[in-house]
Amino acid sequence: MNALVNLAKLFKFNGGVHPPQHKQASTTQPIRVLQANLPLVLPLRQHVGNIPHLRVQVGEHVLKGQLLAEAEGGISAAIHAPTSGTITAIQDALIPHPSGLPDRCVTLQPDGLDEWTALTPIDWQHMEKRAVVASLRQSGIVGLGGAAFPTHIKLRSDGRSGIHTLVINAAECEPYITCDDMVMRERAADILRGIAITQHLLGAERCLIGIEDNKPEAAAALRAACHAADSSAQVIVVPTIYPSGDARRLIHVLTGLEIPSHQRSVDVGVQCFNVATVLAIYRYMSFGEPALSRIVTVTGNVARPGNFEVPLGMPVSALLEAAGGVLEDTSEFIMGGPMMGFSLPSPEVPVTKATNCIIASTPSLFPPAAPAMPCIRCARCADACPVSLQPQELYWFAKSDNFDKARDYKLFDCIECGCCSYVCPSNIPLVQYYRYAKSEIIAQDRAKEAANLARERNDFRLMRIEREKQERALKHAQKAAGAKAEASKIEPGKAEPSKAESGVQHAADPAVNVAASPASAQAEAAKKAAIAAAIARAKAQKAAQAAQNTAAVTPAVAAEMAAIDARRAEAAARAANINKDDVAEAAAATHVADQDSTTSPASAQTVSSVAPNSKEPS
Amino acid sequence: MLTALLVMVGLALLLGLVLGYSALKFKVEGDPLVARIDAILPQTQCGQCGYPGCKPYATAIANGEADINQCPPGGDAGVHALADLLGVEYKPLNAEHGVPKPKSVAVIDEQTCIGCTLCIQACPVDAILGAAKHMHTIIAAECTGCELCLAPCPVDCISMQPLAETPDNWKWRYPVFPIKPVQATLEKAA
Repeated sequence: MNALVNLAKLFKFNGGVHPPQHKQASTTQPIRVLQANLPLVLPLRQHVGNIPHLRVQVGEHVLKGQLLAEAEGGISAAIHAPTSGTITAIQDALIPHPSGLPDRCVTLQPDGLDEWTALTPIDWQHMEKRAVVASLRQSGIVGLGGAAFPTHIKLRSDGRSGIHTLVINAAECEPYITCDDMVMRERAADILRGIAITQHLLGAERCLIGIEDNKPEAAAALRAACHAADSSAQVIVVPTIYPSGDARRLIHVLTGLEIPSHQRSVDVGVQCFNVATVLAIYRYMSFGEPALSRIVTVTGNVARPGNFEVPLGMPVSALLEAAGGVLEDTSEFIMGGPMMGFSLPSPEVPVTKATNCIIASTPSLFPPAAPAMPCIRCARCADACPVSLQPQELYWFAKSDNFDKARDYKLFDCIECGCCSYVCPSNIPLVQYYRYAKSEIIAQDRAKEAANLARERNDFRLMRIEREKQERALKHAQKAAGAKAEASKIEPGKAEPSKAESGVQHAADPAVNVAASPASAQAEAAKKAAIAAAIARAKAQKAAQAAQNTAAVTPAVAAEMAAIDARRAEAAARAANINKDDVAEAAAATHVADQDSTTSPASAQTVSSVAPNSKEPS
Repeated sequence: MLTALLVMVGLALLLGLVLGYSALKFKVEGDPLVARIDAILPQTQCGQCGYPGCKPYATAIANGEADINQCPPGGDAGVHALADLLGVEYKPLNAEHGVPKPKSVAVIDEQTCIGCTLCIQACPVDAILGAAKHMHTIIAAECTGCELCLAPCPVDCISMQPLAETPDNWKWRYPVFPIKPVQATLEKAA
C-alpha cells in the first residue's frame, strides 16, 4: 500500500535503460573490514578541485587520522593517514584514472599498531553552523557516490538560497555495485543520525531518501531506523531504472523539480547527498573521524564477491585477494560500474575516495564491443537519453570536430551515463565521442584563456616600454629645465647678453620677438649652463679622487710626492721656456723622469709591463 | 517652392545633427576587425609570421598586407578560423614561416645562466624572472613557447621542453577501431 502511495507521487524522467542487475552475488556476505598491512599509496588527486597542499615529509611517522595534505583553495579536500606508520615516499605513481598516467602520491608504510591520533568530536548541535561546515573542510569527506565532490562545499550555505529539501541518494542504479545497499542494511541507524546532522546544517524542512525497488532489505532497514529514531525522513522507493541514481534525475523523480541546464540543485532549493557520505559526516561529527576508509564492492570474476571496508590507498590487488582471488580468464579490471566505469591501467593502483566498485572482467562477462556500423538515424539514443539531449546530433558534431555546434546542443549537460551507447543498434561508442569532444573543448578553452593572459601581458609590456621611454624623456627635460634655472641664477650676465642679442635680431618683428626669442635664449643658456655644470662636476670628481689617493699616506711618502711634484713643475717650466711646440715631448720626458725617480716595486713593474708593449709597434 | 526648400533644408539639418550625434555617441574605439583577427591568433607573440607580434600581424591581415597562412602556432585550425572570419579561401600553412610544433615551454639551465638579462629583454610576455648577475628562471605558466629567448642567450642555457601529459591535461582520444586479422580466417588460410 505504502509503495503504491509512493508511486502515485513520483515523477518520471525521459528514457533510461534496464541493464541486467548482477547485484545478488556481492550481497550474500556482510561487509568485511580489511586491515592496512601493505604499503598504502595515497594519490593527492582523489577528488574534484585543487590538489591539496602536502603537510608531511618523507621519513615522518604519522598516526591514524593525522592530516597528510591540507585542502588548498576554494574547491579541494584534505587527505589523512588511514593508519599509523611512516611516510616512505612522495613520488609519482599510477593512479586509478582512465589516462593510465602517474600522478603525485604519498606512500605510507603501516607500523601495524593502528594507533589513533587525538580526535575531537564536533559539537554540531550547539556550534554555529558556519563553524561546523568550516570544520568539515578538515575532514577530507567527499561525495562517495563516485563523483568525489568535496562535501563541505555542498553544505556551505551562502545565505541566499533557502534549501527546503534534502535528498538522500540511495538509488545505486548501476549494475554490479552494492556498496550503498550493504551500508544501508548494516548501518541504517548511523545513516539516520548523519541525515539529522546534514538536515540541521542545511536547514532543510524535509528529507527524502530515494531508493530503488531492487533493494527491499535496505529500504526495510532504513524504514525501521526511521521509526526507531522518530525521524521525519521519508523513505521513498523508486522504480529501478538506470540512471535514476544521477542526482538531477533522482531529484526529478522524487520532487518533480527539473533543474535548468545552467543552474545547480541548490538554486531550486534542493541538495543531494549519497548515503555513504552522510554516514561519513556522522562519523566525523560524533567521533572526529576523518575520511580514512570506504566501502568497495568487489565482484565479477572473483571467488567470493562481496563488500569490503577498505583503508584508502590499499592496492586493488590486495582487495581482489581478500575476495578470494581472481578466477581464470580474467582479462581486465573495471573501476566503477559497467556503464560508466573505466578499465584500470594495472591492478596495483590504490583504492581512492571515488572507488565504489571493482569488477574483475572476462571476455564472456563483457564481450568486446562489436565493430561500429554507420549511424542509421533511428534516434533510439534520443529516446533513451535521460537528459533529453539529441545524442545523434551530438555524435555527428563530435565526430566531425564541430565543437561549437556540439556545445550549442548542450554537450556539457551530458552525464556520460552510457544509455545511448547501450541502445545503439549500430554499436557506436557514442559516449567515447562525447568524452573526446568534451576534453577537446576544455583544452581549447584553456588555450584561449592562456592566449588572453599572454595578450594582456604583452600589452602591458608594450605599455611599460612606452611609459619608460616617456619617463626617460621627461627626466631629461626636467634635468635640462633645472640646469637652466640654475644657470640663470649663477650667471645672469652671460644669459642677459644673448637675450639682448636675439632681441636685437628680431626687433623688426615684435610678435616673433615675444614668442621665440626668450625660448631660444633660454635653451641656449640652459645648454651652456649644463656644459659648465658638467665641467665643474668633472673637476670636482677629479679633485675628490686625488684627495682620496693622497688622503692617508705616511710622512715619508708625502715627502717623496712633494719632491716629485717639485721636479714636475720644474720640468714643465723648463719645457715651456725651451719651445712651446714641444710641449708633448716635454710632458713625455717628465713622465719618464717621474718613473725613473720612483723606486717603489709597483712603479718598476709598470715600467717593465709597459716596455714590451712599446717595443711591439717597432 | 520656398516651403519645400525649407522643409528639405530643415530635414537635412535635422538628419545631419542626428548623424553627427550618433558618430560621437556610438564611436567604435579601435578597429573591430583587427580585434577579431587578434582574438583568433594564438598570442604566442613569436614573430614567425614576420611581424613583431600577434597584433601587428592582425593589423597587417586586416589591411590586406599579409596572408592568413603565416601563423604556425595557430595551426590549420587557426587558418580555417581566419578564412571563415574574413570570407576568403583556406590555404595551407606557408612552410616559409615554420611548421607547427607541440606546445613547449622554455627552461633555463640555472647552473649555466650568467645573469645577462638578454632573455628577459627578449621575452614578449615578461615570463622570465631575474636580475643582472643573478640567476634567471622562467614562469612556466606564463611562457607562450615563442622561442624568442633562445637566440639572445650568450651561453645557450635555454632549451624548449614539450609540455608533458598529466592526468590534469590528459584528453580522451578520438575513438578508433584497429583492424585486427580474424583468427578463424587465418587458420583457414593456413
